[in-house]
Amino acid sequence: MTGDANQTVDEAATAETGPLLQISDLEVGFKTQNGMVSAVRGANLSVYPGQTVAIVGESGSGKSTLAHTIVNLLPDNGRIRRGSIRFRDQEVTQFSKRRMAALRGSSIGLVPQDPMSNLNPLWRVGFQIKETLKANNIATGKAADKRVRELLAEAGLPNAEERARQFPHEFSGGMLQRSLIAMGLAARPDLLIADEPTSALDVTVQHQILNHLDGLTSELNVAVLLITHDLGLAAERAEHLAVMYKGRIVESGPALDILQDPQHPYTQRLVHSAPSLASRRLESEHQHIQVSDPSAAATETTDGATSRDAAPGATSTDTVLEAEHLVKSFPIRGDFGQKSTDFKAVDDVSFSLQRGTTMALVGESGSGKSTVAQITLRLLRPTSGRVLFDGEDISPLASKELLRLRRKVQPIFQNPYGTLDPMYSIYRTIEEPLRTHGIGNQKQRRQKIKDLLEKVAMPASTVNRYPNELSGGQRQRIAIARALALDPEVVVCDEAVSALDVLVQDQILNLLNDLQGEFGLSYLFISHDLAVVRQIADDVLVMRHGQLVEAASTDEVFGNPQQQYTRDLLESIPGGHIPLGNTA
Amino acid sequence: MLRYTSRRILQMIPVLLGTTLLIYAMVFAMPGDPVTALFGDKPVNENVADQIRAEYNLDEPFIVQYLLFLKGIFVGDFGITFSGRPVIDIIARVFPTTIKLAFMALIIEMVLGVAVGVMAGIRKGKLFDSTVLMLSLVVIAIPTFVLGFVGQFVFGIELGWFPATARDASIGSLLMPAVVLAGVSLAYVIRLTRTSIVENLSADHVRTAKAKGLSGSRVTTVHVLRNSLIPVVTFLGADLGTLMGGAIVTEYIFAVDGVGSALYDAILRSEGTTVVSIVTLLVVVYIFANLLVDLLYAVLDPRIRYA
Amino acid sequence: MPDTSIPRATRAGQQRYVAPLDETPLQGVDAVSNESDGSSLWKDAFRSLIRQPLFIISGLLILLILVVVAFPWLFTSADPTYCTLDNSLAEPRAGHPLGFNQQGCDIYARVIYGAQASVMVGAFTTLGVVIIGGIIGAVAGFYGGWIDALLSRIMDIFFALPFVLAAIVVLQLVRDSITVWHIIGVLAAFGWTQIARITRGAVISTKNSDFVTASTAVGASPLKNLVRHVLPNAIAPVIVTATVSLGIYIVAEATLSYLGLGLPSTIVSWGADIASAQTLIRTNPEALFFPAAALAVTVLSFIMMGDAVRDALDPKARTR
Repeated sequence: MTGDANQTVDEAATAETGPLLQISDLEVGFKTQNGMVSAVRGANLSVYPGQTVAIVGESGSGKSTLAHTIVNLLPDNGRIRRGSIRFRDQEVTQFSKRRMAALRGSSIGLVPQDPMSNLNPLWRVGFQIKETLKANNIATGKAADKRVRELLAEAGLPNAEERARQFPHEFSGGMLQRSLIAMGLAARPDLLIADEPTSALDVTVQHQILNHLDGLTSELNVAVLLITHDLGLAAERAEHLAVMYKGRIVESGPALDILQDPQHPYTQRLVHSAPSLASRRLESEHQHIQVSDPSAAATETTDGATSRDAAPGATSTDTVLEAEHLVKSFPIRGDFGQKSTDFKAVDDVSFSLQRGTTMALVGESGSGKSTVAQITLRLLRPTSGRVLFDGEDISPLASKELLRLRRKVQPIFQNPYGTLDPMYSIYRTIEEPLRTHGIGNQKQRRQKIKDLLEKVAMPASTVNRYPNELSGGQRQRIAIARALALDPEVVVCDEAVSALDVLVQDQILNLLNDLQGEFGLSYLFISHDLAVVRQIADDVLVMRHGQLVEAASTDEVFGNPQQQYTRDLLESIPGGHIPLGNTA
Repeated sequence: MLRYTSRRILQMIPVLLGTTLLIYAMVFAMPGDPVTALFGDKPVNENVADQIRAEYNLDEPFIVQYLLFLKGIFVGDFGITFSGRPVIDIIARVFPTTIKLAFMALIIEMVLGVAVGVMAGIRKGKLFDSTVLMLSLVVIAIPTFVLGFVGQFVFGIELGWFPATARDASIGSLLMPAVVLAGVSLAYVIRLTRTSIVENLSADHVRTAKAKGLSGSRVTTVHVLRNSLIPVVTFLGADLGTLMGGAIVTEYIFAVDGVGSALYDAILRSEGTTVVSIVTLLVVVYIFANLLVDLLYAVLDPRIRYA
Repeated sequence: MPDTSIPRATRAGQQRYVAPLDETPLQGVDAVSNESDGSSLWKDAFRSLIRQPLFIISGLLILLILVVVAFPWLFTSADPTYCTLDNSLAEPRAGHPLGFNQQGCDIYARVIYGAQASVMVGAFTTLGVVIIGGIIGAVAGFYGGWIDALLSRIMDIFFALPFVLAAIVVLQLVRDSITVWHIIGVLAAFGWTQIARITRGAVISTKNSDFVTASTAVGASPLKNLVRHVLPNAIAPVIVTATVSLGIYIVAEATLSYLGLGLPSTIVSWGADIASAQTLIRTNPEALFFPAAALAVTVLSFIMMGDAVRDALDPKARTR
């Protein structure tokens, strides 16, 4: 192995002109019950020493499979069916298990997706990095311990000595990701495969870590193969870009070229709908209610809501939902002998949602935004403060009155896989609210469900389906149809598009926007993603640690943020500064 | 940890009270009058009978009897049998044997169960794996008593490899009963280990370990095995209590003079005091074994921190 | 940054490439396929079940066993309770294919008729256990708080008592008049905790699902939520456990018979026949073998079925 290290230097010198990694005509398949399914088809890709190359694609496009194939980490049922992978001019597909193990870590490092599940929970972080050093014959014993500390510090973890002795569960997501980066770079590989290295993290943390990774890899002259779903992020970080779609690379080339002049229709679509690159609010086919003009808003509202019992005060005020000094604290049990303390998840939050508009509530994980959503839906009661719906406090409502409120305020949740009861057919799912409220007879309900499905652009034949047959985006449409079944006035969208692929996200955002124009809906839109917020919100509230840090109109927040935290958030949107060609 | 342990011990109290009360009530309702039965064929002398009843508190109402019994247990007095022997003597005689038997069974489960389970898990979907899975189901399907006396006949009598009975309670003679006792649990341990191994083999962190350049054997031992064995250890710990309480059939077949046999005799003879005392002890063993498992869990898995 | 002297476009393998459109046709975003015709999770599970040999074998066996239980006379014309010492240990002969046991009863007829008692005990005990354990577990899991604490302690109490032991003590109370219902009652009374724990766990993990919250937000009451959403989604592990325990209760009944606390001799039962044939193991192993084999095959069918159903219902197992 020591001989190998010398060789590496020689090869690095000669490889200046040739690619470090060359994938040609690669075909990868998975053996399933229904026979062989292709995951990667005819892929060609080259990575030069020190270069950053990105593969962009949505979930299921085959990008992760391609990455794992390089170091032969496919699941048991995965097979390379054709093509070649050459690393430093050696055909790695022909490597024995032993040679492949020798290649891993020392020549090709991997920073995996999802920091939470990629460290062994039973071993100290330091031990797991030290293992890498030992396995690749870099250092052992005391020297290795020292190196581990250096690596952790290098990855941007303060208190490296103490951190090395901790277990993964004692780390935050960002810290875990930093340890994984330290691990991936521990043996100083020539190529680092970074598989969605930051997609599970908050934007500001993501930004920091990517900057750090960038700095490290260019300092060490490590080539990076970056796998990501985020076109903006890819374009910002990589020189060369490959766009994958259904197992194929549909377009590749210099990153800026692709972004500014996409040729393949899929790439065009992707560039067009990447939220991080869009810069303005969506416009719906129907005329939007002009909230800036109060009289117009009032007329519109009464027009749009003639069938509903419009609140008598609707003409004098167009505030549909109002929160006043909301506080929600949860008790945390103290240690032995200590008293329990209160944790303030929401700390004095006030806002008012104008009828027919979208108010976005933005914040990172743990900011308390979802708690606010639950309080507005009256699924949680505030510790103090109150929520007014049409000027009426919702806290004391009971039975019939509560049921009436439920009709007016409906939620859409984040996880499309958890939001629909898997045992219910789509018909029953959408019928449930109607049935609970005793609306219409069977025939009327059937008609209503048909209408609702049409509104969310799903074929009427969907009624007999079950959620497990639908994709994430389709499930989210059904969730929207269910929320609309009771003709609500306010819809609380709790990260409603966050779990979706970019294109689907774009589609659902447009749908939400159109429905708003059509029915004068008011949205409370909870999101961590400022880029998405810009497309749908009229007003933005920024939350941090349970408190409101900034509240203003969307244009103001994006154009002239008042708070440093808001500026940090905006700064962290990947790809936000890339000049785009005219792609529309 | 201390706080957790003390809370757990506090939680055990209602369980222990409930269990003893339940078993006491059942024994109390047993048919026949043990006192009159003492006279056998002789005519019952009511005076003597009343005296005996008073001596054993049998003239008190049920709940008083129960409380008196609890008081006794608390000061280490398990009472005496109707024939005048202290119950503690019986306990001292039978418990060591059964503890020995249960531990032997546990070791068999541990060594054989984990070894076979790991091999099957690593060879998932191969012939060895499917054979082991099927055989383990067959073992679960055959009643222990059939396994017991067929084993006794074949290995004890026909082949003469083991003593057919285990009155002397030596390790050699307890080996066959221990295998029979372990039987069904062994099948569960194999299946549990196998499932756990299969699950962990496809864990993200195992893939990452491979990506670091670790050798296959190191990945298996350091990252798959340790993680997979946690649920198995939990099962084994909890099984100790089950093995001790479940030894009735095995001890009956192999004539082992252990807890099961003593209990069965006592039940047949309506020896309430003995039954309740032994069952109480079994429940204590069971509950402590479970507590131990929970604490062990915290040692094995750093994520678990009991506060 | 690496050498900027080489223009990017000239680097081999990194020229601008656009896949020909006819090879990579663009599909609609998130298009709805019209292929399938409404298949619920259960239908899916069933579809994957019928491809499993384990399921087919155990299913056919269970079917056969049920037919034997319902129509034993289809399989033998001999009377299982007609026993005469004249026939003691007699060889097989026409109409009596397996010969006779020590009491002179037809072994084959007893194996056929013995299915009734075993399957009945297994099925009704399972039913009882699912009702008791299901309700207690669901209530504990769904309502939580002090209700859960109380019910969990009660579960602990019953769980701590060795199952066979408790059954022996109770059956001792009715020793001389044991009926099938006593056995079922006792086994159910001490066996419900396992199902209760599983139901409780499944309910707890389901009750916080978004679809339950969505239903609450629509205005459905907690009880309606429990019945309409939580229970149907929590039922899968209960079904699996129940299927397996059906077999385990059959074994338990036989064990009780073996210990002399089982069904009265007027009822034909595998357990009792095995127990009484124990002494004949050397001379007439067939008197032992056939009832034991019938018992083991029956039990095996149910636990195999449980195993197959678990594989089909566990989404994790399916992807593997």
